[in-house]
Amino acid sequence: MYVVSYWIIANSHALATHLVFDFDYALCQSLTLDEAVVGKRNPEPGKMNEQFDIIIEPDKGMTQYWKDLWRYRGLFYFLAWRDILVRYKQTVIGIAWSVVRPLLTMIVFTVIFGKLAKFPSEGVPYPILVFAAMLPWQMFSNALSESSDSLIANANMLTKVYFPRLVMPTSAVVVSLVDFLISFSILCVLMVWFKFLPGIRILTLPFFLLLALMTALGCGFWLSALNVRYRDFRYIVPFIVQFGLYISPVGFSSTIVPGKWRFIYSVNPMVGVIDGFRWAILGGESRLYVPGFLLSIAVSLAIFWSGLLYFRKMETTFADVV
Amino acid sequence: MTGNSCLQWVNQEKYSLICGEISTHMSNTTVIRVENLSKKYIIGHLRAEGYQTLRDSMAGALKNAGRRLLHPFRASAGQPLLGMPGTEEFWALKDVSFEVEKGDRIGIIGRNGAGKTTLLKLLSRITYPTEGRISIKGRVASLLEVGTGFHPELTGRENIFLNGAVLGMGRGEIKERFDEIVEFAEVQKFIDTPVKRYSSGMYVRLAFSVAAHLEPEILLVDEVLAVGDAQFQRKCVDKMGDAGENGKTVLFVSHNMAAVKNLCNKVILLDGGVVVESGDPSTICDKYIFPEDVAATGTHSFRGGEDHTVKFIRAETLNEKGEVTSAFRADEDIRFRITYSVEKDIRGSSLAINICNFDGTNLWATSDIDVFSTLFEQREKGSWIYECVAPGNVLRPGRYLVALGAGDVTGQYFHHPDPFPIEILEQGFWKGSHKNFGISGGPLAVPMRPEKPRRADDSENN
Repeated sequence: MYVVSYWIIANSHALATHLVFDFDYALCQSLTLDEAVVGKRNPEPGKMNEQFDIIIEPDKGMTQYWKDLWRYRGLFYFLAWRDILVRYKQTVIGIAWSVVRPLLTMIVFTVIFGKLAKFPSEGVPYPILVFAAMLPWQMFSNALSESSDSLIANANMLTKVYFPRLVMPTSAVVVSLVDFLISFSILCVLMVWFKFLPGIRILTLPFFLLLALMTALGCGFWLSALNVRYRDFRYIVPFIVQFGLYISPVGFSSTIVPGKWRFIYSVNPMVGVIDGFRWAILGGESRLYVPGFLLSIAVSLAIFWSGLLYFRKMETTFADVV
Repeated sequence: MTGNSCLQWVNQEKYSLICGEISTHMSNTTVIRVENLSKKYIIGHLRAEGYQTLRDSMAGALKNAGRRLLHPFRASAGQPLLGMPGTEEFWALKDVSFEVEKGDRIGIIGRNGAGKTTLLKLLSRITYPTEGRISIKGRVASLLEVGTGFHPELTGRENIFLNGAVLGMGRGEIKERFDEIVEFAEVQKFIDTPVKRYSSGMYVRLAFSVAAHLEPEILLVDEVLAVGDAQFQRKCVDKMGDAGENGKTVLFVSHNMAAVKNLCNKVILLDGGVVVESGDPSTICDKYIFPEDVAATGTHSFRGGEDHTVKFIRAETLNEKGEVTSAFRADEDIRFRITYSVEKDIRGSSLAINICNFDGTNLWATSDIDVFSTLFEQREKGSWIYECVAPGNVLRPGRYLVALGAGDVTGQYFHHPDPFPIEILEQGFWKGSHKNFGISGGPLAVPMRPEKPRRADDSENN
């Protein structure tokens, strides 16, 4: 599925670049202050000493982008905080939604894949097998939907104030972390229920969480930037989320995938993430298929990096297009 | 260089000359330098939105590819592979250059679509120039709208923090000024109420108050004073004046000439994306308000721009003979003929004619729903001509501005930003027995009825 979506994304990127003027990758090209100030037209030697903080030019994007990103961390924090507050205000059962949804999905998957199809369970109770995968998947899908919609939803802010636009999709991802924490506590309850004790490997969980976040952010950068220009992506995102659930090993263990396909299967970066989560949480018999895992990491790194570049490249046009 | 003329127009030819003259002084006081700044927009005729759908782009691509196949040798060099049909270039700003020194308070004026807001957006890095360069020294805060990022579900307190962060304030800064902000906005009692329950006045006050407590070195302000009640507006103008006094640099877009004259030490007049004139505020403001050609004709067409429930197209002023003019005898009736269009059937709208003096004080206003209340119930879609007669012998001789306005059902009132001038001549004025009533000034020529004074001591004894 990622092959498919990646194809679409990559191609539309190509489409998009034709429409936009040839903005250079500002990322690689930010001038140092002195270089920028001592521009082509500087007839007076006295003016060389002038220190301007900000130089705005058509193809350079912004100087000091990363410094600004750091300066706007307050905004990042407040946007995330706003989204979380708003989410739980004026909802009748509020947080309960975050509990009911994964729980029901887990029950359905357990019944269909565990009881009816009788898939193997890596030697752990099937509900725990499913839930260990649901953790990263739910986080990924929430993060993806939130961040790809973030620029459109805050279009007003894009056209009225300056801030490094990366703040927007990134802060949207944070909300999904709250849901992750809620789901994680459900998992703990499940483990107590099934008298299941995770091993020492669970300490590596933050690493896999980071990997999931990076994948979600990478896709989020791509989709949010594309969404600004092409509203089609509003319909593509729910599709990715729905489709991805079936082609990622959420309801079943990836061990059932035949050996020769396993490597190809790992092109889907969520395969690596989910396998990693299972490896960390289930312990014992769960094995990590290393080549596939490395491939997943490589793919998600590629998505993240290219997403970042594309986002930075499109960023300067957001306010004009949205 | 005197502090009063620190804004320099840097036409390319004059560039080195000016620099030679003032470089010693300027090397550490220039905070904004704009060089040959241009901004191009691509406007699509087919759709109003800026964004496209993938389908449109692909359809366009196919069309183009087909055209290329059919006419491989036809020159299509400028044509991008994926062009949108029916698009047109539009230069919102063209080759604008100027410099601003520290502590300057610059007013940017011009009609709708002159490029004022585009200039501010470029300076505040919201959008990017097509050509040219901007160099800025110091921390910039821009205020293109009050209450950007306000969320209706959040309380006043929460929104202050959020909005502060949006405007670039740190958390510590906001905490420090929190009490001041609340006090300035006069919403102490409702600070923990969601802002969706606020009246529109309270909302605007809170929003502006956050912005007013920004402490940047350079403040860019768009027409935000048009909101709020008069008293609060005054407070805001004062606050901005303080900012200027404290050595902050302010760039201020406004249609309120009184405020511009009051606040600014320099004015830039833009028209059609080009700088027409710059310099002394009162000279340029007066010239802008009362351009000779409009004064002579009495016809005023409104260019595009943001409109409200009704869209104004043209306004004419006619004298008693039915001639279109902008000059009237003092005893003559003034007939306003206003052409407007309504996009769709609307309820609760009103249309008003306001006659103001040059400081923007509203002297005399009439709304069409005062007489035709059915228009409030329903205003039908279409183009309309509305005429209204202002009786003579009311205004003293002098120049006045006519500002059209529209109200909607939410109680929001919107002044059309392009007022047009009329002049009352000193003819037909010194009639009758009230020939002295103008001496003490005041805008009205309506005579009062003086009664003969009687002795005060008689009545006091009783």
